[in-house]
Amino acid sequence: MSALELHDVHKSFGKVEVLKGIDLEVAEHEVVCMIGASGSGKSTLLRCVNLLERVDRGRIVVGGEELTARGVNLNRVRRRIGIVFQAYNLFPHMSVLDNVTLAPRKALKLSRSDAEERAVELLERVGLGDRRDDYPDRLSGGQQQRVAIVRALAMRPQLMLLDEVTSALDPELVAEVLNVIRELAAAGMTMLIATHEMSFARDIADRVVFLDEGVILEQGTPEEIFTRPSEERTRQFLQRIIEAGRL
Amino acid sequence: MARRQGERSRARIARIESRRSKILDFGGEGGRSVAVAIVSTLVFFGVVVLLVVNSAGWPEVKQSFFNREVFEASFPSIADAFLLNVKIFLIAEAVILVTALAVAILRSLSGPVFFPLRALAVAYTDLFRGIPTILVVYILGFGAPALQIQHVPTSPLFWGITSLVLVYTAYVAEVYRAGIESVHPSQEAAARSLGLTRPQALRHVVLPQAVRRVLPPLLNDFIGLQKDTALVALIGPVEAFRQSQIEVAGSFNYTPYLATALLFVLLTIPMARLTDWLIARDRRRQR
Repeated sequence: MSALELHDVHKSFGKVEVLKGIDLEVAEHEVVCMIGASGSGKSTLLRCVNLLERVDRGRIVVGGEELTARGVNLNRVRRRIGIVFQAYNLFPHMSVLDNVTLAPRKALKLSRSDAEERAVELLERVGLGDRRDDYPDRLSGGQQQRVAIVRALAMRPQLMLLDEVTSALDPELVAEVLNVIRELAAAGMTMLIATHEMSFARDIADRVVFLDEGVILEQGTPEEIFTRPSEERTRQFLQRIIEAGRL
Repeated sequence: MARRQGERSRARIARIESRRSKILDFGGEGGRSVAVAIVSTLVFFGVVVLLVVNSAGWPEVKQSFFNREVFEASFPSIADAFLLNVKIFLIAEAVILVTALAVAILRSLSGPVFFPLRALAVAYTDLFRGIPTILVVYILGFGAPALQIQHVPTSPLFWGITSLVLVYTAYVAEVYRAGIESVHPSQEAAARSLGLTRPQALRHVVLPQAVRRVLPPLLNDFIGLQKDTALVALIGPVEAFRQSQIEVAGSFNYTPYLATALLFVLLTIPMARLTDWLIARDRRRQR
Protein backbone atom coordinates (compact mmCIF):
# COMPACT_ATOMS: atom_id res chain seq x y z
CA MET A 1 0.00 0.00 0.00
CA SER A 2 1.37 3.40 -0.82
CA ALA A 3 1.70 5.99 1.90
CA LEU A 4 0.34 8.74 -0.30
CA GLU A 5 -1.63 8.77 -3.53
CA LEU A 6 -2.70 11.82 -5.50
CA HIS A 7 -5.17 11.30 -8.31
CA ASP A 8 -5.84 14.10 -10.79
CA VAL A 9 -5.51 16.87 -8.20
CA HIS A 10 -6.59 20.32 -9.35
CA LYS A 11 -6.36 23.56 -7.42
CA SER A 12 -7.03 27.14 -8.50
CA PHE A 13 -6.69 30.42 -6.68
CA GLY A 14 -9.23 32.69 -8.32
CA LYS A 15 -8.62 32.41 -12.04
CA VAL A 16 -5.09 31.05 -11.72
CA GLU A 17 -4.91 27.29 -11.94
CA VAL A 18 -1.91 26.30 -9.85
CA LEU A 19 -2.26 22.52 -9.97
CA LYS A 20 -3.47 21.14 -13.28
CA GLY A 21 -4.09 17.50 -12.59
CA ILE A 22 -1.37 15.95 -10.44
CA ASP A 23 -0.96 12.17 -10.19
CA LEU A 24 1.64 11.01 -7.74
CA GLU A 25 2.30 8.04 -5.50
CA VAL A 26 4.72 7.84 -2.61
CA ALA A 27 5.49 4.38 -1.26
CA GLU A 28 6.05 3.72 2.42
CA HIS A 29 9.58 4.65 3.53
CA GLU A 30 10.13 6.40 0.23
CA VAL A 31 11.66 9.88 0.00
CA VAL A 32 10.39 11.91 -2.93
CA CYS A 33 11.87 15.30 -3.75
CA MET A 34 9.91 17.82 -5.79
CA ILE A 35 11.93 20.31 -7.77
CA GLY A 36 10.79 23.09 -10.02
CA ALA A 37 10.78 26.85 -10.38
CA SER A 38 9.04 29.15 -7.91
CA GLY A 39 5.34 29.18 -8.71
CA SER A 40 5.38 25.71 -10.23
CA GLY A 41 2.96 24.52 -7.52
CA LYS A 42 5.24 22.66 -5.09
CA SER A 43 4.08 24.46 -1.94
CA THR A 44 0.44 24.39 -2.97
CA LEU A 45 0.67 20.65 -3.53
CA LEU A 46 2.02 20.10 -0.03
CA ARG A 47 -0.59 22.37 1.52
CA CYS A 48 -3.29 20.44 -0.31
CA VAL A 49 -2.03 17.11 1.06
CA ASN A 50 -2.22 18.58 4.56
CA LEU A 51 -5.71 19.95 3.76
CA LEU A 52 -4.57 23.48 4.58
CA GLU A 53 -5.97 24.11 1.09
CA ARG A 54 -9.02 22.29 -0.21
CA VAL A 55 -8.52 20.75 -3.63
CA ASP A 56 -11.01 21.69 -6.34
CA ARG A 57 -10.97 18.27 -7.97
CA GLY A 58 -9.21 14.95 -7.58
CA ARG A 59 -8.52 12.57 -4.72
CA ILE A 60 -5.84 12.42 -2.04
CA VAL A 61 -5.33 9.13 -0.21
CA VAL A 62 -3.03 8.77 2.79
CA GLY A 63 -2.38 5.33 4.26
CA GLY A 64 -5.45 3.94 2.49
CA GLU A 65 -7.82 6.65 3.75
CA GLU A 66 -9.21 9.15 1.29
CA LEU A 67 -8.78 12.64 2.74
CA THR A 68 -10.81 14.29 0.05
CA ALA A 69 -13.91 12.22 0.84
CA ARG A 70 -16.91 13.95 2.38
CA GLY A 71 -17.15 14.09 6.15
CA VAL A 72 -13.48 13.36 6.81
CA ASN A 73 -12.31 14.73 10.16
CA LEU A 74 -9.62 17.22 9.16
CA ASN A 75 -8.06 17.34 12.60
CA ARG A 76 -7.65 13.59 12.86
CA VAL A 77 -6.11 13.43 9.39
CA ARG A 78 -3.66 16.23 10.06
CA ARG A 79 -2.38 14.50 13.18
CA ARG A 80 -0.98 11.75 10.96
CA ILE A 81 0.73 14.12 8.52
CA GLY A 82 3.56 16.37 9.67
CA ILE A 83 4.41 19.52 7.74
CA VAL A 84 7.39 21.83 8.14
CA PHE A 85 7.24 25.29 6.62
CA GLN A 86 9.84 27.48 5.00
CA ALA A 87 9.39 30.18 7.66
CA TYR A 88 9.40 27.70 10.62
CA ASN A 89 6.16 29.21 12.02
CA LEU A 90 7.08 28.40 15.60
CA PHE A 91 4.82 29.87 18.26
CA PRO A 92 6.77 32.90 19.53
CA HIS A 93 4.95 33.12 22.86
CA MET A 94 5.93 29.61 23.96
CA SER A 95 9.17 28.00 25.02
CA VAL A 96 10.73 25.39 22.76
CA LEU A 97 9.35 22.63 24.95
CA ASP A 98 5.82 24.06 24.89
CA ASN A 99 6.01 24.47 21.11
CA VAL A 100 6.74 20.77 20.81
CA THR A 101 4.31 19.48 23.44
CA LEU A 102 1.28 21.65 22.66
CA ALA A 103 -0.23 19.44 19.95
CA PRO A 104 0.52 16.09 21.64
CA ARG A 105 -1.10 17.37 24.82
CA LYS A 106 -4.13 19.05 23.24
CA ALA A 107 -4.75 16.94 20.16
CA LEU A 108 -3.53 13.54 21.33
CA LYS A 109 -4.51 14.17 24.98
CA LEU A 110 -1.14 13.01 26.24
CA SER A 111 -0.27 13.89 29.81
CA ARG A 112 2.22 16.71 30.22
CA SER A 113 4.92 14.39 31.54
CA ASP A 114 4.50 11.89 28.68
CA ALA A 115 4.50 14.67 26.10
CA GLU A 116 7.58 16.27 27.63
CA GLU A 117 9.43 13.00 27.81
CA ARG A 118 8.82 12.40 24.12
CA ALA A 119 9.72 16.02 23.29
CA VAL A 120 12.99 16.01 25.21
CA GLU A 121 14.02 12.77 23.57
CA LEU A 122 13.39 14.24 20.11
CA LEU A 123 15.07 17.53 20.97
CA GLU A 124 18.15 15.67 22.12
CA ARG A 125 18.20 13.71 18.89
CA VAL A 126 18.51 16.96 16.93
CA GLY A 127 21.03 18.40 19.39
CA LEU A 128 18.72 20.90 21.08
CA GLY A 129 18.11 19.23 24.42
CA ASP A 130 19.64 22.16 26.29
CA ARG A 131 17.45 24.76 24.55
CA ARG A 132 14.12 23.42 25.74
CA ASP A 133 13.34 26.42 27.96
CA ASP A 134 14.36 29.07 25.46
CA TYR A 135 11.91 31.10 23.41
CA PRO A 136 12.14 30.78 19.61
CA ASP A 137 13.47 34.34 19.23
CA ARG A 138 16.63 33.29 21.04
CA LEU A 139 17.45 30.56 18.54
CA SER A 140 19.20 30.77 15.19
CA GLY A 141 17.22 30.03 12.05
CA GLY A 142 18.72 26.56 11.80
CA GLN A 143 17.84 25.80 15.41
CA GLN A 144 14.31 27.12 14.92
CA GLN A 145 13.83 24.93 11.89
CA ARG A 146 15.07 21.89 13.79
CA VAL A 147 12.55 22.67 16.53
CA ALA A 148 9.84 22.92 13.86
CA ILE A 149 10.81 19.48 12.56
CA VAL A 150 10.72 18.08 16.10
CA ARG A 151 7.33 19.72 16.66
CA ALA A 152 5.95 17.86 13.65
CA LEU A 153 7.65 14.59 14.65
CA ALA A 154 6.22 14.75 18.16
CA MET A 155 2.85 13.81 16.65
CA ARG A 156 4.45 10.60 15.31
CA PRO A 157 3.25 11.23 11.76
CA GLN A 158 3.13 8.53 9.08
CA LEU A 159 4.17 11.06 6.48
CA MET A 160 6.27 14.20 6.59
CA LEU A 161 5.87 17.09 4.18
CA LEU A 162 8.79 19.51 3.98
CA ASP A 163 8.20 22.81 2.22
CA GLU A 164 11.53 24.37 1.25
CA VAL A 165 12.70 24.09 4.82
CA THR A 166 16.15 25.54 4.16
CA SER A 167 15.18 28.42 1.86
CA ALA A 168 15.00 31.00 4.65
CA LEU A 169 18.31 29.99 6.24
CA ASP A 170 21.74 31.56 6.05
CA PRO A 171 24.00 29.27 3.99
CA GLU A 172 26.09 28.15 6.96
CA LEU A 173 22.95 26.94 8.78
CA VAL A 174 21.57 24.79 5.97
CA ALA A 175 23.68 21.72 6.72
CA GLU A 176 22.48 21.24 10.29
CA VAL A 177 18.86 21.08 9.08
CA LEU A 178 19.61 18.83 6.13
CA ASN A 179 21.47 16.44 8.41
CA VAL A 180 18.36 16.04 10.55
CA ILE A 181 16.34 15.24 7.43
CA ARG A 182 18.96 12.73 6.32
CA GLU A 183 18.65 10.98 9.66
CA LEU A 184 14.89 10.88 9.27
CA ALA A 185 15.25 9.31 5.85
CA ALA A 186 17.69 6.78 7.21
CA ALA A 187 15.20 5.91 9.94
CA GLY A 188 12.63 5.10 7.27
CA MET A 189 10.35 8.14 7.45
CA THR A 190 8.15 8.60 4.40
CA MET A 191 8.73 12.09 3.09
CA LEU A 192 7.56 14.37 0.32
CA ILE A 193 10.01 17.25 0.05
CA ALA A 194 9.83 20.46 -1.94
CA THR A 195 13.34 21.78 -2.28
CA HIS A 196 15.74 24.06 -4.11
CA GLU A 197 18.76 22.18 -2.74
CA MET A 198 19.59 20.09 -5.78
CA SER A 199 22.63 18.33 -4.38
CA PHE A 200 20.63 17.42 -1.31
CA ALA A 201 17.79 16.08 -3.46
CA ARG A 202 20.24 14.08 -5.48
CA ASP A 203 21.74 12.70 -2.33
CA ILE A 204 18.61 11.84 -0.33
CA ALA A 205 15.79 11.21 -2.81
CA ASP A 206 14.63 7.78 -3.92
CA ARG A 207 12.78 9.59 -6.65
CA VAL A 208 12.84 13.13 -8.02
CA VAL A 209 9.74 14.78 -9.45
CA PHE A 210 10.00 17.82 -11.71
CA LEU A 211 7.00 20.13 -11.43
CA ASP A 212 6.41 22.67 -14.15
CA GLU A 213 3.46 25.07 -14.28
CA GLY A 214 1.19 22.85 -12.23
CA VAL A 215 1.92 19.50 -13.87
CA ILE A 216 4.44 16.76 -13.22
CA LEU A 217 6.55 17.00 -16.33
CA GLU A 218 8.85 14.13 -15.55
CA GLN A 219 10.02 11.93 -12.72
CA GLY A 220 12.67 9.33 -12.09
CA THR A 221 15.67 8.44 -10.01
CA PRO A 222 17.97 11.35 -9.11
CA GLU A 223 20.44 9.89 -11.57
CA GLU A 224 17.92 10.01 -14.43
CA ILE A 225 16.61 13.49 -13.69
CA PHE A 226 19.90 15.21 -12.96
CA THR A 227 22.11 13.59 -15.59
CA ARG A 228 19.79 12.58 -18.43
CA PRO A 229 16.56 14.53 -18.22
CA SER A 230 14.31 13.68 -21.15
CA GLU A 231 12.29 16.91 -21.21
CA GLU A 232 13.59 20.16 -22.63
CA ARG A 233 12.00 22.18 -19.78
CA THR A 234 13.77 20.07 -17.19
CA ARG A 235 17.08 20.63 -18.95
CA GLN A 236 16.48 24.38 -19.04
CA PHE A 237 15.58 24.45 -15.35
CA LEU A 238 18.67 22.49 -14.35
CA GLN A 239 20.81 24.66 -16.61
CA ARG A 240 19.62 27.78 -14.74
CA ILE A 241 20.36 26.09 -11.42
CA ILE A 242 23.86 25.19 -12.55
CA GLU A 243 24.48 28.73 -13.77
CA ALA A 244 23.41 29.99 -10.35
CA GLY A 245 26.04 27.72 -8.85
CA ARG A 246 23.55 25.63 -6.90
CA LEU A 247 24.35 22.20 -8.29
CA MET B 1 30.14 41.67 5.88
CA ALA B 2 26.50 40.70 6.31
CA ARG B 3 27.44 39.27 9.66
CA ARG B 4 29.02 42.51 10.82
CA GLN B 5 25.94 44.42 9.73
CA GLY B 6 23.83 41.98 11.66
CA GLU B 7 25.83 42.62 14.77
CA ARG B 8 25.64 46.34 14.35
CA SER B 9 21.89 46.36 13.90
CA ARG B 10 21.54 44.07 16.90
CA ALA B 11 23.54 46.55 18.99
CA ARG B 12 21.29 49.32 17.79
CA ILE B 13 18.18 47.37 18.72
CA ALA B 14 19.63 46.68 22.16
CA ARG B 15 20.24 50.39 22.63
CA ILE B 16 16.72 51.29 21.60
CA GLU B 17 15.33 48.54 23.81
CA SER B 18 17.22 49.72 26.87
CA ARG B 19 15.91 53.20 26.32
CA ARG B 20 12.37 52.02 25.72
CA SER B 21 12.28 49.97 28.86
CA LYS B 22 12.81 53.01 31.03
CA ILE B 23 9.57 54.54 32.16
CA LEU B 24 10.93 58.06 31.94
CA ASP B 25 13.29 58.63 29.07
CA PHE B 26 15.75 61.46 29.52
CA GLY B 27 16.63 61.31 25.85
CA GLY B 28 20.28 60.49 26.28
CA GLU B 29 22.73 58.54 28.36
CA GLY B 30 24.81 59.34 31.43
CA GLY B 31 24.58 61.78 34.33
CA ARG B 32 24.86 64.89 32.18
CA SER B 33 21.60 64.35 30.31
CA VAL B 34 19.80 63.65 33.60
CA ALA B 35 21.08 66.95 34.97
CA VAL B 36 19.98 68.82 31.85
CA ALA B 37 16.54 67.19 32.05
CA ILE B 38 16.12 68.21 35.69
CA VAL B 39 17.20 71.81 35.13
CA SER B 40 14.98 72.29 32.08
CA THR B 41 12.02 70.78 33.93
CA LEU B 42 12.53 73.09 36.91
CA VAL B 43 12.80 76.12 34.68
CA PHE B 44 9.71 75.20 32.64
CA PHE B 45 7.46 74.53 35.59
CA GLY B 46 8.92 77.46 37.54
CA VAL B 47 7.82 79.79 34.75
CA VAL B 48 4.34 78.23 34.60
CA VAL B 49 3.88 78.49 38.38
CA LEU B 50 5.09 82.09 38.41
CA LEU B 51 2.63 83.01 35.65
CA VAL B 52 -0.30 81.41 37.45
CA VAL B 53 0.54 82.73 40.91
CA ASN B 54 1.05 86.27 39.61
CA SER B 55 -2.17 86.36 37.59
CA ALA B 56 -4.84 88.83 38.70
CA GLY B 57 -7.42 86.21 39.69
CA TRP B 58 -5.07 83.81 41.50
CA PRO B 59 -6.05 84.79 45.11
CA GLU B 60 -9.74 84.03 44.43
CA VAL B 61 -9.01 80.84 42.49
CA LYS B 62 -6.69 79.69 45.24
CA GLN B 63 -9.38 80.34 47.81
CA SER B 64 -12.13 78.45 45.97
CA PHE B 65 -10.15 75.56 44.36
CA PHE B 66 -7.14 74.99 46.60
CA ASN B 67 -8.65 75.48 50.02
CA ARG B 68 -6.88 73.33 52.54
CA GLU B 69 -9.59 73.32 55.22
CA VAL B 70 -12.29 72.40 52.73
CA PHE B 71 -10.05 69.69 51.30
CA GLU B 72 -9.43 68.13 54.68
CA ALA B 73 -13.08 68.35 55.64
CA SER B 74 -14.44 66.85 52.40
CA PHE B 75 -11.76 64.30 51.50
CA PRO B 76 -12.83 61.46 53.83
CA SER B 77 -16.42 61.37 52.62
CA ILE B 78 -15.33 61.60 48.97
CA ALA B 79 -12.73 58.88 49.41
CA ASP B 80 -15.44 56.78 50.99
CA ALA B 81 -17.76 57.34 48.05
CA PHE B 82 -14.86 56.64 45.70
CA LEU B 83 -14.87 53.05 46.88
CA LEU B 84 -18.11 52.71 44.95
CA ASN B 85 -16.32 53.88 41.78
CA VAL B 86 -13.67 51.25 42.36
CA LYS B 87 -16.32 48.60 42.89
CA ILE B 88 -18.21 49.59 39.72
CA PHE B 89 -14.98 49.60 37.80
CA LEU B 90 -13.81 46.20 39.04
CA ILE B 91 -17.12 44.49 38.34
CA ALA B 92 -17.52 46.10 34.92
CA GLU B 93 -13.93 45.33 33.93
CA ALA B 94 -14.16 41.66 34.85
CA VAL B 95 -17.37 41.27 32.83
CA ILE B 96 -16.08 43.29 29.86
CA LEU B 97 -12.90 41.22 29.50
CA VAL B 98 -15.07 38.17 28.86
CA THR B 99 -17.96 39.65 26.87
CA ALA B 100 -15.66 41.66 24.60
CA LEU B 101 -13.64 38.57 23.80
CA ALA B 102 -16.83 36.72 22.95
CA VAL B 103 -17.95 39.51 20.60
CA ALA B 104 -14.51 39.67 18.98
CA ILE B 105 -14.50 35.91 18.39
CA LEU B 106 -18.01 36.02 16.93
CA ARG B 107 -16.84 38.71 14.56
CA SER B 108 -13.83 36.73 13.41
CA LEU B 109 -15.76 33.53 12.64
CA SER B 110 -15.40 32.67 9.00
CA GLY B 111 -17.83 30.80 6.82
CA PRO B 112 -21.31 31.59 5.53
CA VAL B 113 -23.03 29.62 8.33
CA PHE B 114 -21.91 32.18 10.87
CA PHE B 115 -23.16 35.19 8.93
CA PRO B 116 -26.03 35.97 11.34
CA LEU B 117 -23.67 35.92 14.33
CA ARG B 118 -21.12 38.07 12.56
CA ALA B 119 -23.81 40.53 11.50
CA LEU B 120 -25.12 40.66 15.06
CA ALA B 121 -21.66 41.39 16.44
CA VAL B 122 -21.11 44.14 13.87
CA ALA B 123 -24.50 45.73 14.59
CA TYR B 124 -23.82 45.61 18.30
CA THR B 125 -20.42 47.30 18.12
CA ASP B 126 -21.70 49.92 15.68
CA LEU B 127 -24.63 50.74 17.93
CA PHE B 128 -22.88 50.98 21.26
CA ARG B 129 -19.82 52.77 19.98
CA GLY B 130 -22.14 55.28 18.33
CA ILE B 131 -24.35 56.27 21.25
CA PRO B 132 -22.80 58.65 23.82
CA THR B 133 -22.25 56.76 27.08
CA ILE B 134 -24.23 59.32 29.02
CA LEU B 135 -27.33 58.56 26.89
CA VAL B 136 -26.97 54.82 27.38
CA VAL B 137 -26.81 55.37 31.12
CA TYR B 138 -29.95 57.54 31.06
CA ILE B 139 -31.93 55.30 28.72
CA LEU B 140 -31.13 52.04 30.50
CA GLY B 141 -31.06 53.55 33.99
CA PHE B 142 -34.54 55.02 33.72
CA GLY B 143 -36.05 52.80 31.03
CA ALA B 144 -35.04 49.25 31.92
CA PRO B 145 -36.28 49.20 35.55
CA ALA B 146 -39.63 50.55 34.34
CA LEU B 147 -40.14 47.36 32.35
CA GLN B 148 -40.40 45.47 35.66
CA ILE B 149 -39.11 42.22 34.18
CA GLN B 150 -39.19 39.46 36.77
CA HIS B 151 -35.92 38.38 38.40
CA VAL B 152 -34.05 41.27 36.78
CA PRO B 153 -32.77 43.80 39.33
CA THR B 154 -34.20 47.30 39.13
CA SER B 155 -31.43 49.04 41.09
CA PRO B 156 -29.85 52.03 39.37
CA LEU B 157 -26.44 50.68 40.28
CA PHE B 158 -27.11 47.44 38.37
CA TRP B 159 -28.27 49.29 35.28
CA GLY B 160 -25.45 51.80 35.56
CA ILE B 161 -22.89 49.01 35.52
CA THR B 162 -24.78 47.27 32.70
CA SER B 163 -24.62 50.45 30.63
CA LEU B 164 -20.88 50.75 31.09
CA VAL B 165 -20.44 47.06 30.24
CA LEU B 166 -22.47 47.42 27.04
CA VAL B 167 -20.57 50.49 25.84
CA TYR B 168 -17.08 49.35 26.77
CA THR B 169 -17.60 45.81 25.51
CA ALA B 170 -18.08 47.34 22.08
CA TYR B 171 -14.79 49.25 22.31
CA VAL B 172 -12.77 46.45 23.85
CA ALA B 173 -14.13 43.92 21.34
CA GLU B 174 -12.67 46.04 18.55
CA VAL B 175 -9.33 46.14 20.35
CA TYR B 176 -9.33 42.37 20.70
CA ARG B 177 -10.31 41.96 17.06
CA ALA B 178 -7.42 44.15 15.93
CA GLY B 179 -5.14 41.92 17.99
CA ILE B 180 -6.56 38.71 16.53
CA GLU B 181 -6.17 40.03 13.00
CA SER B 182 -2.58 41.11 13.67
CA VAL B 183 -1.49 37.51 14.28
CA HIS B 184 -0.18 36.18 10.99
CA PRO B 185 -2.38 33.48 9.39
CA SER B 186 0.67 31.20 9.21
CA GLN B 187 0.44 30.83 12.99
CA GLU B 188 -3.04 29.40 12.76
CA ALA B 189 -1.99 27.26 9.79
CA ALA B 190 0.90 25.85 11.84
CA ALA B 191 -1.43 25.06 14.73
CA ARG B 192 -4.06 23.46 12.50
CA SER B 193 -1.42 21.47 10.61
CA LEU B 194 -0.54 19.80 13.92
CA GLY B 195 -4.09 18.59 14.28
CA LEU B 196 -5.37 21.20 16.72
CA THR B 197 -9.01 22.14 16.22
CA ARG B 198 -9.93 25.69 15.33
CA PRO B 199 -10.97 26.59 18.90
CA GLN B 200 -7.76 25.02 20.23
CA ALA B 201 -5.66 26.99 17.77
CA LEU B 202 -7.50 30.16 18.75
CA ARG B 203 -7.16 29.52 22.47
CA HIS B 204 -3.53 28.37 22.62
CA VAL B 205 -1.86 30.08 19.67
CA VAL B 206 -3.77 33.08 18.33
CA LEU B 207 -5.34 34.67 21.42
CA PRO B 208 -2.27 34.65 23.68
CA GLN B 209 -0.32 36.52 21.02
CA ALA B 210 -3.23 38.82 20.21
CA VAL B 211 -3.84 39.82 23.82
CA ARG B 212 -0.16 40.56 24.45
CA ARG B 213 -0.11 42.88 21.47
CA VAL B 214 -3.19 44.84 22.46
CA LEU B 215 -2.39 45.25 26.14
CA PRO B 216 -1.62 49.01 25.87
CA PRO B 217 -4.82 49.96 24.00
CA LEU B 218 -6.75 47.64 26.29
CA LEU B 219 -5.47 49.53 29.31
CA ASN B 220 -6.31 52.78 27.59
CA ASP B 221 -9.94 51.72 27.34
CA PHE B 222 -9.96 50.69 30.98
CA ILE B 223 -8.69 54.09 32.07
CA GLY B 224 -11.60 55.54 30.12
CA LEU B 225 -13.89 53.14 31.94
CA GLN B 226 -12.52 54.16 35.34
CA LYS B 227 -13.40 57.77 34.62
CA ASP B 228 -16.81 56.98 33.18
CA THR B 229 -17.84 55.29 36.42
CA ALA B 230 -18.74 58.87 37.42
CA LEU B 231 -21.60 58.75 34.89
CA VAL B 232 -23.44 56.23 37.03
CA ALA B 233 -24.11 59.12 39.47
CA LEU B 234 -26.57 60.57 36.95
CA ILE B 235 -29.16 57.91 37.73
CA GLY B 236 -28.77 57.98 41.51
CA PRO B 237 -25.89 56.13 43.16
CA VAL B 238 -23.69 58.40 45.26
CA GLU B 239 -20.17 57.82 44.07
CA ALA B 240 -17.19 60.19 44.35
CA PHE B 241 -18.39 62.76 41.82
CA ARG B 242 -21.89 63.00 43.31
CA GLN B 243 -20.41 63.19 46.81
CA SER B 244 -18.09 66.03 45.74
CA GLN B 245 -21.11 67.89 44.34
CA ILE B 246 -22.77 67.51 47.71
CA GLU B 247 -19.66 68.81 49.45
CA VAL B 248 -19.41 71.75 47.04
CA ALA B 249 -23.03 72.65 47.66
CA GLY B 250 -22.40 72.58 51.43
CA SER B 251 -19.24 74.67 51.44
CA PHE B 252 -19.65 76.98 48.44
CA ASN B 253 -16.14 75.96 47.53
CA TYR B 254 -14.84 73.96 44.51
CA THR B 255 -11.95 72.23 46.28
CA PRO B 256 -13.88 68.92 46.60
CA TYR B 257 -13.81 68.63 42.78
CA LEU B 258 -10.03 68.72 42.89
CA ALA B 259 -10.01 66.16 45.65
CA THR B 260 -12.10 63.87 43.40
CA ALA B 261 -9.84 64.47 40.42
CA LEU B 262 -6.87 63.54 42.58
CA LEU B 263 -8.48 60.24 43.55
CA PHE B 264 -9.16 59.31 39.90
CA VAL B 265 -5.58 60.10 38.94
CA LEU B 266 -4.25 58.04 41.83
CA LEU B 267 -6.29 55.09 40.56
CA THR B 268 -5.12 55.27 36.95
CA ILE B 269 -1.40 55.73 37.53
CA PRO B 270 -0.81 52.26 39.03
CA MET B 271 -2.70 50.77 36.06
CA ALA B 272 -0.42 52.55 33.61
CA ARG B 273 2.71 51.38 35.44
CA LEU B 274 1.36 47.83 35.63
CA THR B 275 0.97 47.70 31.86
CA ASP B 276 4.45 49.11 31.32
CA TRP B 277 5.75 46.38 33.55
CA LEU B 278 3.77 43.64 31.80
CA ILE B 279 4.99 44.77 28.38
CA ALA B 280 8.60 44.96 29.56
CA ARG B 281 8.40 41.51 31.12
CA ASP B 282 7.00 40.08 27.93
CA ARG B 283 9.74 41.61 25.84
CA ARG B 284 12.44 40.26 28.14
CA ARG B 285 10.98 36.77 27.98
CA GLN B 286 10.76 36.57 24.24
CA ARG B 287 14.24 37.86 23.51
